[in-house]
Amino acid sequence: MKKELSLKYGIITAIIGLAMMLLGVYRGETIDVMAKAVKVCLECIGIG
Amino acid sequence: MDNKNKKRKSQEAPRHLFQFIWAVITNSFVAGFLQGKIYTGKLKNLCVPGLNCYSCPGALGSCPIGSLQSMLGSRNYKFTFYVSGFLIFVGAIFGRFVCGWLCPFGLVQDILHKIPFPKKIKTFKADKLLRKLKYLILAVFVILLPMVIVDVTGQGDPWFCKYICPAGMLQGGLPLTVLNEGLRSAIGFLYTWKFLILAVTVLLSIVIYRPFCKYICPLGAIYSFFNKISVFRLRYDEEKCVDCGKCSRVCKMNVNPTKAPDSGECIRCGLCEKNCPTGALHCNWKR
Repeated sequence: MKKELSLKYGIITAIIGLAMMLLGVYRGETIDVMAKAVKVCLECIGIG
Repeated sequence: MDNKNKKRKSQEAPRHLFQFIWAVITNSFVAGFLQGKIYTGKLKNLCVPGLNCYSCPGALGSCPIGSLQSMLGSRNYKFTFYVSGFLIFVGAIFGRFVCGWLCPFGLVQDILHKIPFPKKIKTFKADKLLRKLKYLILAVFVILLPMVIVDVTGQGDPWFCKYICPAGMLQGGLPLTVLNEGLRSAIGFLYTWKFLILAVTVLLSIVIYRPFCKYICPLGAIYSFFNKISVFRLRYDEEKCVDCGKCSRVCKMNVNPTKAPDSGECIRCGLCEKNCPTGALHCNWKR
């Protein structure tokens, strides 16, 4: 019984995560993610 | 002892092959390596699950930890539903399976640990305490500092990426500075500092199994929260177990699967399952 409940927690949490992702896409957050990712991250590569 | 090591190496071969194929697929922008540039296409909207610097010339996706910091330090957002949701979704499905199978930097450490060394260290006195360090790094360098320390425009730095992450140095810093003269001319103290961190990580990985994953990685810290509830998990059948202790002895993350099959330190490599004589352990999606 305890393990069954745990599996439900995982599935519910995954659904919450998915919903948050969709909300983030709706808010336009992927534009900011993309804007950072398509430029060389000078901090990441040790240039500053 | 030699036959045991050979057997374990062959048991790990399928996982390493999977890790390698995944690393190649997610870093397959070959033009980046040839021309010293990075991929700028639409796939960079998507995060990859493991620690994969988006400044790697071959990287097709975004690093989730890098993206998290850039969003937390952003002028426009102080909380990111997209990146947080991604981490929650991946964590809830896979837990630290990502660490064991989908992280290129994990693969690098796995390979380095196979280099022969007279005295490999399985554990030491400070090991348990040092495992907490990754949670401190997550809280301070990934979340707090990017949000709080901002410039005049309201933008924060990615503190973990800038001052700690050796994956960024290996995957991005080294190839880009080799291939790109402009970047090479801008090398300074920070580059030296990060190169030193990478060198220490590489050397430690030969002696200790996955030191970065155990003690430093904030992404592993995040996924560890989900190990107890993840859909894919290690399952332990107490009735089949004969308490031989083999699973605990083969575990390179120093987990005892019979006591804590859902331990936050378990990277779901499956080595315990393969060595269990009675089939009491299974890594899978359901019982």
